[in-house]
Amino acid sequence: MPVATPRPAGPSRAPAPEEQPLRKLYRSADGRLLGGVARGLAGHLGLPVIWVRLAFLGLFMADGLGVLLYAVFWIVVPLGVGGRTTEPRSVFETTPDGRRRLRKPDKGQLFAMVALLIGAAIFAGNVQMGSSANRYIWPTLLIGAGVVLVWRQADNARRARWTEVGRRRRLLQLGRALAGVALVGMGLTVFVVVRGSAAQLGNVLTAAIAVIAGVALLAGPWLVRMTQDLSEERTMRIRAQERAEVAAHVHDSVLHTLTLIQRSADDGGEVRRLARAQERELRNWLYKPEGTGKDEDEEPDTLAEAVKKAAAEVEDKHGVPLEVVVVGDCPLDEKVSAQMQAAREAMVNAAKYGGEGGAVQVYAEVEGRTVFVSVRDRGPGFDPDSVPQDRMGVRESIIGRMQRNGGTARLRSVPGGGTEVELEMERASE
Amino acid sequence: MTETEAAAETTERRVRVVLVDDHRMFRTGVQAEIGQTESTGVEVVGEAADVDQAVTVITATRPEVVLLDVHLPGGGGVEVLRRCASLMAAGENPVRFLALSVSDAAEDVIGVIRGGARGYVTKTITGADLVGSIFRVQDGDAVFSPRLAGFVLDAFASTDAPPVDEDLDRLTQREREVLRLIARGYAYKEIAKQLFISVKTVESHVSAVLRKLQLSNRHELTRWATARRLV
Repeated sequence: MPVATPRPAGPSRAPAPEEQPLRKLYRSADGRLLGGVARGLAGHLGLPVIWVRLAFLGLFMADGLGVLLYAVFWIVVPLGVGGRTTEPRSVFETTPDGRRRLRKPDKGQLFAMVALLIGAAIFAGNVQMGSSANRYIWPTLLIGAGVVLVWRQADNARRARWTEVGRRRRLLQLGRALAGVALVGMGLTVFVVVRGSAAQLGNVLTAAIAVIAGVALLAGPWLVRMTQDLSEERTMRIRAQERAEVAAHVHDSVLHTLTLIQRSADDGGEVRRLARAQERELRNWLYKPEGTGKDEDEEPDTLAEAVKKAAAEVEDKHGVPLEVVVVGDCPLDEKVSAQMQAAREAMVNAAKYGGEGGAVQVYAEVEGRTVFVSVRDRGPGFDPDSVPQDRMGVRESIIGRMQRNGGTARLRSVPGGGTEVELEMERASE
Repeated sequence: MTETEAAAETTERRVRVVLVDDHRMFRTGVQAEIGQTESTGVEVVGEAADVDQAVTVITATRPEVVLLDVHLPGGGGVEVLRRCASLMAAGENPVRFLALSVSDAAEDVIGVIRGGARGYVTKTITGADLVGSIFRVQDGDAVFSPRLAGFVLDAFASTDAPPVDEDLDRLTQREREVLRLIARGYAYKEIAKQLFISVKTVESHVSAVLRKLQLSNRHELTRWATARRLV
């Protein structure tokens, strides 16, 4: 719907573009190999990402210090936009000739992957198969793999919320979580079995449960409290956002209209026109159901929308109020569109010649296959037979158009008693 | 309704009215518009700004007509209607409610009509029309705006499967015709002329529609409301 008010950029709306976001360390969700730590660090420090990766690799050689460091970073640093400003890319890319194909991995990623593989190979070579250390290494690796799986998972969940796209299949998530838990469980079990302490399992379990119960008792209330506070805080934030949106809208439209009205207070017609346009726009915005595109201004594709849009435009242009009532609805087809054009013409006529008698009534009804539209004003009326032959408005634009498309138009006008145009059309078969 | 019509009706009659609206400015405006008892015949005997106050004032003053805002602190107009149900049913001099709201959203309109209001007008109505509506409501008739008629038609439309209690649920052909003319912006008088019936008959048709809307057709309305995600 066209808005009568101009929309200058309000100071409350546009964030100042020169204001740089605070530099904070984030892990990068984009272009990462594992947790995005290296990419994030590189972005934060302003170094090429490959340097950071090599540094980590080097540290890994030093008794696995790199792994520890990486894990700590992964756990502590939140996921965010770090080190990269490019758009998130999908696995596929579109070739110039329009086909989709698998995206070529970039060289850095390939190199890092190769380096990782080499590192793994060296590690595997250093582990003597069958030695006594073996019984600890494999369970540890299993546990590590499980932990990594679960942590990656948590990352994905956070990322989905953060970008608000990519609703992953829940099954996949569940599967990954289960796999992670299973891996960890298996690793722990192997530990227990290998160490030959299965006999003391009962004691250990009892003690563990006792400790867990104790911790739960001590920390439980505090945890519950914290979750409550968190959700409360979230609600407040959502509410504040909503309020900000309403405020922005009111600022943009209502306040501007009021200013315009103050400026042209002497011109009664203009004030009424502005007020009505604003009322309609605000009403639309307030009562339009959520998720139907509040700001979209597109071509109508159903009868009800078309009638309302046409009426709104006529109202804006001629400053005469049009009261629209629509009963039922149907999609626009060719015939109904023609009827809409005729109806629009009738509305323009009614606003032009019958507007001083009060609001123009527009009524549209869909009953079965029949679409009926009536446009009625309470103006002076006229005698249809006395209209000269060369006046084409009513005869061609309304009656002729309806007949050409297989409908009927009736015109009833009594001098002094207003004019009513009735348009009837059968919908095209589906 | 035209101004002359309203004036003719008001010369010999008086009606006591309570205004319920949470905006003091609006109450003052309405009071200024219709409150000149000598010329309009309307006497504003009380005002209220929220639900509790409204119930108290209405019970104390026993007006003939209450002008009721739909959106009120404390539960809205529907809550006032619910708590005043016994007053509406009082045999000798019942209190009648006319909803007066800035909203013409379907859920608001249908809500208060089903709550027992005898009519629904929007705040853009002129003073003369409002006075006319008040008197019509006092007579026990329904005041239907074209838009309200449209909602009702919409609610009763597409009832292809015949309901069980057909007499109650369905609008008769004549009632539908009357509603359709209201929706097209005809005044009761003009409808009477168009259909070759008396104004009284038109009014009784409209009252019948109101009765059906309040008491019956529960499943139709529910279906209608659900389809539009109103409930």
